[in-house]
Amino acid sequence: DELAKNAAYIGTPGKGILAADESTGTIGKRLASINVENVEENRRALRELLFTAPGALQFISGVIFFEETLYQKTASGKLFVDVLKESGVLPGIKVDTGTVVLNGTNDETFTQGLDGLAQRCQKYYEAGARFAKWRAVLKIGTIEPTELAIQENANGLAMYSAICQQCGLVPIVEPEILVDGPHDINKCAAVTERVLAACYKALNDHHVMLEGTLLKPNMVTPGSDSPKVAPEVIAEHTVRALQRTVPPAVPAVVFLSGGQSEEEATINLNAMNKLKTKKPWSLSFSFGRALQQSTLKAWGGKAENVAKAQEAFLVRCKANSEATLGTYKGDAKLGEGAAESLHVKDYKY
Amino acid sequence: EGGVLPGIKVDKGTVELNGTNGETFTQGLDGLAQRCQKYYEAGARFAKWRAVLKISANEPTELAIQENANGLAMYAAICQQCGLVPIVEPEILVDGSHDIQKCAAVTERVLAACYKALNDHHVMLEGTLLKPNMVTPGSDSPKVAPEVIAEYTVRALQRTVPAAVPAIVFLSGGQSEEEATLNLNAMNKLQTKKPWSLSFSFGRALQQSTLKTWAGKEENVKKAQDALLVRCKANSEATLGTYKGDAELCEGAAESLHVKDYKY
Repeated sequence: DELAKNAAYIGTPGKGILAADESTGTIGKRLASINVENVEENRRALRELLFTAPGALQFISGVIFFEETLYQKTASGKLFVDVLKESGVLPGIKVDTGTVVLNGTNDETFTQGLDGLAQRCQKYYEAGARFAKWRAVLKIGTIEPTELAIQENANGLAMYSAICQQCGLVPIVEPEILVDGPHDINKCAAVTERVLAACYKALNDHHVMLEGTLLKPNMVTPGSDSPKVAPEVIAEHTVRALQRTVPPAVPAVVFLSGGQSEEEATINLNAMNKLKTKKPWSLSFSFGRALQQSTLKAWGGKAENVAKAQEAFLVRCKANSEATLGTYKGDAKLGEGAAESLHVKDYKY
Repeated sequence: EGGVLPGIKVDKGTVELNGTNGETFTQGLDGLAQRCQKYYEAGARFAKWRAVLKISANEPTELAIQENANGLAMYAAICQQCGLVPIVEPEILVDGSHDIQKCAAVTERVLAACYKALNDHHVMLEGTLLKPNMVTPGSDSPKVAPEVIAEYTVRALQRTVPAAVPAIVFLSGGQSEEEATLNLNAMNKLQTKKPWSLSFSFGRALQQSTLKTWAGKEENVKKAQDALLVRCKANSEATLGTYKGDAELCEGAAESLHVKDYKY
């Protein structure tokens, strides 16, 4: 079955996903941080920098595109999807259209994008996409996440997943619980377990074939306003939450980085893979900011910096590849910005 | 002295659900905590509660699934508060003319509901066991090979049972002693993801030939005990995937133990 094959491939040990699906607005913020104008050519140039970085793609099993990027080409005229295909990397596509506030809640949201989704997925499949992504967002507050928010987001994820599978795309199920807040790691664990349980119930209700899906959850950590804990503690709480909720039929769990610095995210993933415990799914990465931050800084928008930036990118790709194997020694040559927190309060894509 | 943990059945049987076609829910929650405390004092360390569902044109209904899953979760939570490991048993009866795919679909739906309910009720999965039916064709349908049963069963579990659950102890549900052993063995031979051990919780399928051999006569006790040992050893090997099907088959070992619409 093509879905199960592609999902399993994405979870190949030693590989992970590059999330390069920043919407035009979001990528604009990244470009602004290095004083680069948010025009299509710059967006294209940044992505070309990443996809053609020498030696990097061997550590990448999939790249998530934003719609604009799916149809873009290298400067020499080759489609990005073809660049990826030549290196055995699966193209993916972000299909949600962002979040909207849920009526009567304290700024909880649901995710839109179901209208005409089947037709869009068919188009994306024809363009070469083989997996999709949909980001649901929840937050921890005094009474949040509410049952309504959990149900709506789980249901949205399940509807989206079922439609994707009908169109030959492996759905990445992403129920992100924002790290914002003063709560401790135990609270995050309890909420994560509750949310994941709701997601897998919804997926079952909607007849989604788990072997042809991926999970993109947050790691279980203290809130952003709480004291940090060791990677081993994050690893234990995270893997335990997954053991309690994620059926073994799911081939891989590809974590989001959610504002962690590049180095933090890598070290936490590494700690999980070193843990000696039941892990019937591979544990890998689907990083956006945590793969691109130092690359962006090294590039600065200047053509003469491309090679340097590509080297910085390779460093992070290799480090995260090792983290999926539990062999990262923390010795990645830290580019400028690699240890910098990428947390932005109430992050909106 | 034999290093065996005592367990205790704590449900009080099934009662029909109003407005359904003979579907049931399981009783036993009233005063359950007090009873569990007593049982713990008497030496029990785990408990069992049997929920029953059936496959038919419209069954199992959402009501039956929800009520039974909720009952199991309430019972499980109370047990844990009293120090007893709850065995979660959502038996889907084998009665019927449905094929193995239908059984698989229903089993997956029921197990998913059970684990959602257990999560809702804050049950610690590491301290529970699951006692499900194997995934098989209905009793009025043609039989299939043990390898087929093994594949469908393990796949259903992979799709629904979180890795935190330490072990799955199958019910035998009317299979003959030998059938049950062979099917369990086939599951343990399967090369696939199995983060829980796969074992047995057999009643009839461990006792049938022993019963026949004993026939209530004191002079038969030793022979009957030999028969029991044969089945115990066979099933032990089945949990390791090393059963060679060579257990000295006593009278009755290959006999189907299916009783239509079985009520305990």
